[in-house]
Amino acid sequence: MFNFANPFKLRERGVMGMNQRNFSYIGRYNDRSLYPNVDDKLKTKKLALEHNIAVPDLIGIVRYQHDVKHVFDILKQHNGFCIKPAKGSGGKGILVILQTDDNGYKKASGEYVSHDELIRHISNILAGLFSLGGAADVALIEALIEFDPIFEGLSHEGVPDIRLIVFQGYPMMAMLRLATHTSDGKANLHQGAVGVGIDIATGKAKRAVQYDCPIAIHPDTGKSLTDVEINNWQQLLTLAAGCYEMSGLKYLGADIVLDKQEGPLVLELNARPGLAIQIANGMGMLPRLRQIEGLNHKRPISIDERVEYAQTHFND
Amino acid sequence: MSSRLPFFILVTALVLAGLSSIYYRHAEMGVPLTAGEQIDIWQIEAEIEFIGKDAPVIAKFTLPKDPNFDLVDEFTASPAYGVHLIRDEQHSEVVWSKRQVKGKQTLYYQASYKLALNPIDEPVAEQLRETEMLSKPYQGSAQELLNEAYDKSGNRKFLILQVLNLLNSDNQNVALLLSKYSKTEIFVQLMIMAKVPAMMVRGLVLEDSRRNQQLIPLLKVYVNNQWQMFDVEAGKFSKDLPILVWQQDSPSLLDVTGGKNSKVSFSISHSTQSALREANSAATKGDVFDLGLYHLPIEEQNLFKGILLLPIGALVVVFLRVIIGLKCSGTFMPILIATSFIQTELVTGVVGFLVIVSAGLIIRSYLSHLNLLLVSRISAVVILVIGIIVLFTVIAFRMGLTEVLSITFFPMIIMAWTIERMSILWEEEGGKEVLIQGSGSLIVAVIAYLMMDNLLIRHWAFNFLGVHLLIMAAVLLMGQYTGYRLLELRRFKPIAEDKGL
Repeated sequence: MFNFANPFKLRERGVMGMNQRNFSYIGRYNDRSLYPNVDDKLKTKKLALEHNIAVPDLIGIVRYQHDVKHVFDILKQHNGFCIKPAKGSGGKGILVILQTDDNGYKKASGEYVSHDELIRHISNILAGLFSLGGAADVALIEALIEFDPIFEGLSHEGVPDIRLIVFQGYPMMAMLRLATHTSDGKANLHQGAVGVGIDIATGKAKRAVQYDCPIAIHPDTGKSLTDVEINNWQQLLTLAAGCYEMSGLKYLGADIVLDKQEGPLVLELNARPGLAIQIANGMGMLPRLRQIEGLNHKRPISIDERVEYAQTHFND
Repeated sequence: MSSRLPFFILVTALVLAGLSSIYYRHAEMGVPLTAGEQIDIWQIEAEIEFIGKDAPVIAKFTLPKDPNFDLVDEFTASPAYGVHLIRDEQHSEVVWSKRQVKGKQTLYYQASYKLALNPIDEPVAEQLRETEMLSKPYQGSAQELLNEAYDKSGNRKFLILQVLNLLNSDNQNVALLLSKYSKTEIFVQLMIMAKVPAMMVRGLVLEDSRRNQQLIPLLKVYVNNQWQMFDVEAGKFSKDLPILVWQQDSPSLLDVTGGKNSKVSFSISHSTQSALREANSAATKGDVFDLGLYHLPIEEQNLFKGILLLPIGALVVVFLRVIIGLKCSGTFMPILIATSFIQTELVTGVVGFLVIVSAGLIIRSYLSHLNLLLVSRISAVVILVIGIIVLFTVIAFRMGLTEVLSITFFPMIIMAWTIERMSILWEEEGGKEVLIQGSGSLIVAVIAYLMMDNLLIRHWAFNFLGVHLLIMAAVLLMGQYTGYRLLELRRFKPIAEDKGL
């Protein structure tokens, strides 16, 4: 019960706490007026297209309740798709349909969703059930991501994604998030997903944790977690670094997926990224944040220069 | 860093303003630091009797001016007399007058006194003025007595005791002096000759339920840098009973012209009174600057008694979230639940809360199947909550459980939102998260309740508005706290222990 770490030890390791994140980084570096850029996924998508940031294809938008039934016209043309609220937070309200067949719409878990349930889900999104503060919302329908075969056997019922913390445009810490049976296909660490710390320099796995405890193999599939190496790593870092210019947020969490065909795609951006990434990496993020804060440039630094800086300085 | 300076100045100003307001309320206005504190009130009644000589009467009765006591209230009872209370710097008296007076007359003066908050120390110098000397033959004896006492004593206190010893012995000088003067008079004279500030006063020993008391002569001497009362007849410094000095260098206690056989007797009774009520009634009629809430109508006062507890609850929430790191659903929902616990009492409140929320969650899970829009669903839950409350109240009343009736104090809309939010949480994150956040909210609510229900805290929140400035300062300071939360120390434990990196 009273199993507490020594706070001085944590300080020494540069672990950032919630209060410090809120006060010293989010409060200081993230301009509130820029939040809609990331909180509204529709806006994020538009910005991404303007800035040549790769994102999953948008196949439809449902704005009004009376449009809900028309959604099936759109869905007819696609076998698999993903419905999400534009202003949802924490992965709430995201419905992933892998395929459509005679039984209805098949979810990643193998369960089927009926026609009516699909309508109800979209109605809930429009009514603002999943949005911050319950404001009326818009439902986005995206193309299904076919994840890269390198993740085969690594994720249970869910899309593995890579969370990068980008500070002032420098990618500085990364984590691969893998859904498990206990996390019910979700990629949130506190719900039991596996977090794999990734070396910024190489894209190779460093260590993996589930429920804050180190593990070596995936609990459902038994596949080794420490051998993971993400291909296209540099391309992925470049994509994440570019999210800084796109959103304007200086302290940013970028969630990126690897698609079989299209390569790295930005799934969503987060103005208040969580702190679990430190546990997955087994290190605090303060030293790197301070290192970047200490940089003093007289000219704007290009994305490639920032990626190069991150890869040379942030290796373990 | 310069941006933090104004912040700290603001916080310091808030703390100083808060503390000085609390100090002022306590020290200057006498608002007690604890609730239910009692103060002693002495009610003194002077009964004045004389026989009218069928002529105009003016009766002057000297009133006490004792810096150690504060007058609470006073009144006179005297049929058909004109009464004037005269108070000035030096002297205060009550004067009764009547044109034609015959036969036995009884006049009453009644006053209540309390111990003074800030007794004013009288200057010493004033007391050292010359008084008339003893007449010639006695002066020598007095000097001899004094010399003897002086030789046998080390300091003022012992000098006084030594003089007393001599006065009570069968010394020849003493016998001579006593033939002309009273013991107290001799004593004062000896003290003056010894350059010890001393004066003769007459005072009333305050003892409960005493009737027919008289003023007793006392010696007021300056010993150990303070004035002390010395009872010459009893031969000791009187400390055990408070003494109200009634007469001090004023000509006479009672002066009746047009009457004869006048006499005064006192009766004393003791009572206690709420120190708070006393301070407030003094403030309402007094001239002290007052920002208390007691000038408001009672209804508003009661309203503020509730409202002023909310900052306490807010402080608890900020502390538990920022410093401890507890999760709860809704930022201030726990405070509102805590305020309803105040009405319902803790056990009934917690049981009622759990019953309503779990019954609500069960029925709400059916509502999810109905495919309703958000606003109508929430409205349905509001109606549901009211229905549950009505149902439980009626059933409980039939069963004779009257304490359950108080569950009507729960804020319905807040309960509805709590149920709605928890229901969604259940669907999305599972029952475990509902349990974590639900019990987190309940813990915060119970702690906030325990703080808000504490008698001392209630007393402070309402009577010392400065407390709220201190709370403000604390909340601002916690808003800048960037250290770890207590529960984060557990969360990040693996990193601290990891040595392999």
